[in-house]
Amino acid sequence: MLTSITSYLHSNETPGAAGNMFWALLYILAIFLGLSIAVIAMNWLERKVLAHMQVRLGPMRVGPHGLLQPIADALKLLIKEDIMPAHADRLVFWMAPLITVLAAFTTFIVVPFGPTHAVTDMNIGILFMLGVSSLGVLGIVTAGWASNSHYPLIGSLRSSAQMVSYEVAMGLAVVSAVLMTSLHGTGVYGTGTTGSGTGTLSMIGIVKAQYDQQIWFAFKFFPLGLIAMFVFSVAMVAETNRAPFDLPEAESELTAGFHTEYSGFRWSLFFLAEYSAMIAVSSIAVTLWFGGWLRPFPNALTGATWDLLFSLFPGFSFLGLGALALLSAMRMPRHRMFKIQTIGLAGFGALLALIGLGLLVPPLRDRVQDIYWFVAKVAVFMYLYIWYRGTFPRYRFDQLMMVGWKILLPTALAALIATAVVGVF
Amino acid sequence: MQPVATTFFFYFLSALALLGAVFVITRRNAVHSALALIVTLLALAGIYLMLYAPFVAGVQIILYAGGIMVLFLFVIMLVNLERAEKEKQFNQQWLIALVAAGGLGLLFVRVFTESKTVSGLLQKPLAQLAESTNTQQVGIALYGNYMLAFEIASLLLLVAIVGAVVMAKKRI
Amino acid sequence: MVPITPIHYLILAAALFALGTIGVLTRRNVVIVLMSIELILNAVNLNLVAFSRLWGLNGQVFAIFVITDAAAEAAVGLGILIAFFRNRETVNMDEVDLLKW
Repeated sequence: MLTSITSYLHSNETPGAAGNMFWALLYILAIFLGLSIAVIAMNWLERKVLAHMQVRLGPMRVGPHGLLQPIADALKLLIKEDIMPAHADRLVFWMAPLITVLAAFTTFIVVPFGPTHAVTDMNIGILFMLGVSSLGVLGIVTAGWASNSHYPLIGSLRSSAQMVSYEVAMGLAVVSAVLMTSLHGTGVYGTGTTGSGTGTLSMIGIVKAQYDQQIWFAFKFFPLGLIAMFVFSVAMVAETNRAPFDLPEAESELTAGFHTEYSGFRWSLFFLAEYSAMIAVSSIAVTLWFGGWLRPFPNALTGATWDLLFSLFPGFSFLGLGALALLSAMRMPRHRMFKIQTIGLAGFGALLALIGLGLLVPPLRDRVQDIYWFVAKVAVFMYLYIWYRGTFPRYRFDQLMMVGWKILLPTALAALIATAVVGVF
Repeated sequence: MQPVATTFFFYFLSALALLGAVFVITRRNAVHSALALIVTLLALAGIYLMLYAPFVAGVQIILYAGGIMVLFLFVIMLVNLERAEKEKQFNQQWLIALVAAGGLGLLFVRVFTESKTVSGLLQKPLAQLAESTNTQQVGIALYGNYMLAFEIASLLLLVAIVGAVVMAKKRI
Repeated sequence: MVPITPIHYLILAAALFALGTIGVLTRRNVVIVLMSIELILNAVNLNLVAFSRLWGLNGQVFAIFVITDAAAEAAVGLGILIAFFRNRETVNMDEVDLLKW
């Protein structure tokens, strides 16, 4: 037992591929915890960033700068009364949030946080991810139907039509990235020298292909990779029902859309599923087009000095965040009513700085590098989500359908065909 | 990697699939039927994984459970079926149909288990299927041997798209 | 316990096929009849994939073609259903008894 646990540490495989149950379970637990923390952080960040975009302060009361607001919200949701509408379909009403949450979490077993940091590496990785994340819509549709109410039903009808439409463009964009794994490119587009020459659907294989070809697929066959990436990043916003494509839960038209009748814990499950799905599709985008766990310029800037410099990034970002928190603690009003808040913020800053110092220790600093770069790239996408919500007005339904079928789908098809033509000739 | 606990997973998944299938044909409410069908489809995807067909399993999840079933649910909600729920669910020939279909199933089982020819065919040793390159091999077969069939399938899909639009649109 | 052989999968497929046939022959609701047809197609798929365990990949390729077919069939079938519902306000199979309305 103990030998099987320790022997994994020296293998260069994912726990799933090595068949090591203990480490697989540990990875699943770590991903689950990490996701929950990410969702809580995202909740706070979204409210803060949106507020600053609209020249407000956002949550300020619960904890310093509202840092404890998400925890207070979660507590409130947990102890809220759980209401079920009178003529609701009880079983389906109960099942719907579970379906969405399960679909959103299951996708993460193939997300590669590093060359060995994934629960498992499937031969059909990207197909599995797209498929399982598309199961989430079943939960949304059934939730709207089971509520036995008009607004949720309209919300779920919209949701199903929207998902089916945008999945097509999304799939085609993904195919053009998968195609790139097997294409070296010649002539003016000749960028790679050691491309593996065989295509793959495995998430880890796709990132390795980008390393071998020495280019992120977003910049391969310029501008074809960028076009496919653009199509995907529009379609992924629509797939996760976020602004400007949040018609299924448009609060100005449908109260709260498909989850109008949900309250308390069940509603928070939908919330959790939505944010996990956002992280999941962002991870797909990062893996396919932005080099996954690879640090910037892994082929160009090599050598011991560059390696050392890049490995200092994780530690110093935490140190920077800690310094920021300490700075704001010093700028807190000097009043006895703010004493606890100031101490709390300073303590939070000290904790972040401590983590940062810990990440500067050599063995740890090399191990967490892959994870750090992956998470940093995903975080950029998550910020984009908030940015969209703060700036874009909502689409009308006919506009939504037009964008999906008449703009994104032909663009994705053209990019796919052009990629194939450029890659072969 | 070798599949683990094949016997347990086979019986578990087939029980799930059969239960789902029974619910599909007996539920009064069409949405319940659709959900039961989704359970069956996912169980079958698991069985495909056990048969060294991960690509077919992936296609099953993304196309059937994620695509076709969402379409079904959409249509069920579009045509409001509240009246249909209260009506008679089975037609008059249900007894004959039950006997005929049951007989058909029993015939299949008997042919599989008793027939000398069929059991001779099934006594073949298992083919060596490489799971790690399954997608690549299916792709090579699709674009090699079955090129023409693949093109015809794309034509079929085009016809289906046009047909569906013509059927569902009020005015063209 | 008996080890799982392709026969087991074939018997499961036969059972699914029979259930699908019962659904097609007895139900009145067109949507459920279409779903039963999906069940039948899935039984066929299971057969093909089980045979591919013996004879190599061709069965899996056929299964993919069958899934393509199923998608086309569902799209056209549901299109017909919507057109029919718009004209007759019903989704019952045995009320489809007029050639032209």
